[in-house]
Amino acid sequence: MLKISDLRVAVDGKTILNGLSLEIGTGEVHAIMGPNGSGKSTLANVIAGRDGYEVLGGTVEFKGKDLLDLDPEVRAHEGVFLAFQYPVEIPGVANIALLKEGLNAARRYRGEPELDALDFLKLVREKIKLVEMKEEFLYRSVNEGFSGGEKKRNEIFQMAMLEPSLSLLDETDSGLDIDALKIVAGGGNSLRAQDRSVILVTHYQRLLDYIVPDYVHVLAEGRIVQSGDKDLALKLEAEGYGWIEESAGAAA
Amino acid sequence: MNTSVKELGDLVGREYKEGFVTDIESDTLPPGLDESVVRFLSANKSEPQFVLDWRLDAFRRWQEMDQPDWAHVHYAPIDYQGISYYSAPKRDEDRPQSLDEVDPKLLETYDKLGIPLEEQKALAGVAVDAVFDSVSVATTFKDKLAKVGVIFCPLSEALINHPDLVRKYLGSVVPATDNFYAALNSAVFTEGSFVYIPKGVRCPMELSTYFRINALNTGQFERTLIVADEGSYVSYLEGCTAPMRDENQLHAAVVELVALKDAEIKYSTVQNWYPGDEEGRGGIYNFVTKRGACRGENAKISWTQVETGSAITWKYPSVLLEGNGSVGEFYSVALTNNCQQADTGTKMIHIGEDTSSTIISKGISAGRGQNAYRGLVKVLKGAKNARNYSQCDSLLMGDRCGAHTFPYVEVKNPTAKIEHEASTSKIGEDQLFYCRQRGLAEEDAVSMIVNGFCKEVFRELPMEFAVEAQKLLGISLEGAVG
Repeated sequence: MLKISDLRVAVDGKTILNGLSLEIGTGEVHAIMGPNGSGKSTLANVIAGRDGYEVLGGTVEFKGKDLLDLDPEVRAHEGVFLAFQYPVEIPGVANIALLKEGLNAARRYRGEPELDALDFLKLVREKIKLVEMKEEFLYRSVNEGFSGGEKKRNEIFQMAMLEPSLSLLDETDSGLDIDALKIVAGGGNSLRAQDRSVILVTHYQRLLDYIVPDYVHVLAEGRIVQSGDKDLALKLEAEGYGWIEESAGAAA
Repeated sequence: MNTSVKELGDLVGREYKEGFVTDIESDTLPPGLDESVVRFLSANKSEPQFVLDWRLDAFRRWQEMDQPDWAHVHYAPIDYQGISYYSAPKRDEDRPQSLDEVDPKLLETYDKLGIPLEEQKALAGVAVDAVFDSVSVATTFKDKLAKVGVIFCPLSEALINHPDLVRKYLGSVVPATDNFYAALNSAVFTEGSFVYIPKGVRCPMELSTYFRINALNTGQFERTLIVADEGSYVSYLEGCTAPMRDENQLHAAVVELVALKDAEIKYSTVQNWYPGDEEGRGGIYNFVTKRGACRGENAKISWTQVETGSAITWKYPSVLLEGNGSVGEFYSVALTNNCQQADTGTKMIHIGEDTSSTIISKGISAGRGQNAYRGLVKVLKGAKNARNYSQCDSLLMGDRCGAHTFPYVEVKNPTAKIEHEASTSKIGEDQLFYCRQRGLAEEDAVSMIVNGFCKEVFRELPMEFAVEAQKLLGISLEGAVG
């Protein structure tokens, strides 16, 4: 589904990703862990197409297409979804209005008919149960006045609505209490399917108790320095990132 | 020179050296302004003597006045002798005969606004045959209005058919010598609407210049007068909801509203005159005086404006709160893109007791646009328990535009409660990226964010107007980012 080769990315002239390679197969769940500043969020943002990231080299292929060549909205239409670490507030724009526009833009892109208000609402009512949100959230301005937990749940709700083939969850677990974490994880798990892949970007392994990954990668100094299964996350939890950074430093 | 024109020339006792420039486009007075032009304009409409006297008085006073220079706008001096003050409506055979003869850029905009084909023809000034809808629409709605006694006609007609009514109110809110542009308008006004709503009548439909056929050839100096008698209600919609691509031109209109006891006037404008090109060439100078008077207890006047066009906008729709318990409202969205400049706001003058006013102003600046809010809240000595709430928000797009706020407050009564809130924000890259990640194209994302910013104003607009206003914002901001 996603193939990243030797990706090098700079922000403000400073190299953040330095030869990162990673392959995500269809239906797989990957966790990317690493210390602060290792480039985890940069990776998520580059895949989603945010401005301000300078790609110095390497390739990102998504379903056989050169992802780096596409506008952010086209990436979204192709099935890339980013659950933001810090979802932004948009005053005056109803949550449901943004979602309807986005969903129908993707449907137009795929040559499918747009959902009318009735079908859209039916889908909304079904998906909103997953994240245990009240319907009134739909009519409030996007993320405005939402608590941290509500914002994250809203991200997962949008993800469930848009049914992306590749979901990137950028530190979605940060700042959540255990109940909210379970709800978010439940929403994430509901999307697990043979034709969908998930990348969990996280600092802690706690989320991985609820969304169990097929693979765990450790990102340090802009590269994947170690890959393994669920046990690698547990080892990181027990021993910290120190040993990784040492070995990465030694290798460089 | 044809006969009727010659007669008019004789009538005002002036030799027109060039005569009328009668070309295929229109009948136009040669440029220049003196008393004979004022006399001609009055005679041309067969106006009663009092109107001519009023015009001449305004003209004489105007000659002694100076152009105001306090607004936060910059432009080259206007040559008032270089302007022609009369242009007769085009005759049918001189208009474009089909949409094929109309500027394709204009049609593109109409399409984006979703304006039906027949209406596109009307807006573009295409000659239309007699079966065209608007004719029948106009007739049926005239019948409906006549039944309840509502008068809605061109001001020039009202001056002849209802002279006493017009005389009582004309210039009573905006005196002829109120300001430089109002004086000019009083001297040379050529078109406009007159509305009278009788006592206790709720006008059965929203009145709109859009339906008035002669409004298609809107003059540079319109004058509108709306009188709502005791206990009546009217909602009036003004404006071209599609751009009129006139070249650099002065537009100095006056609008006067009078609301008597328990009456309510809601006046909505969507202004989209030609803003000039990206380099600031051409465009309309929109110097407009709009004012309403709440002339009885519990009267209410509400201004809602969406200003997206014009090269320069100078406009302060105001309310004189004379009656006890009267209410004034001002909801505004002003957008400046490219080289547009706007200095707009309101004046709320609290005179009666228990009067209240609300001001919601949303300024959007993009490109090199300069946007100023200028507002005055004045509470006179006798205005016990006056209340005002003002909120002025500015949204900036890019780093070459400007937003300015000039709020003035004068309070002479200690019981007044005045609240003012202001904010300035930039349209965030974060917001744009968020929307695009959810699948919106960049321009749709901008449009959605800006419309969200303006929501409090748009919800004051009548439904169809709100939809068109939203689309207009999107069109006006095209190319503002990216």
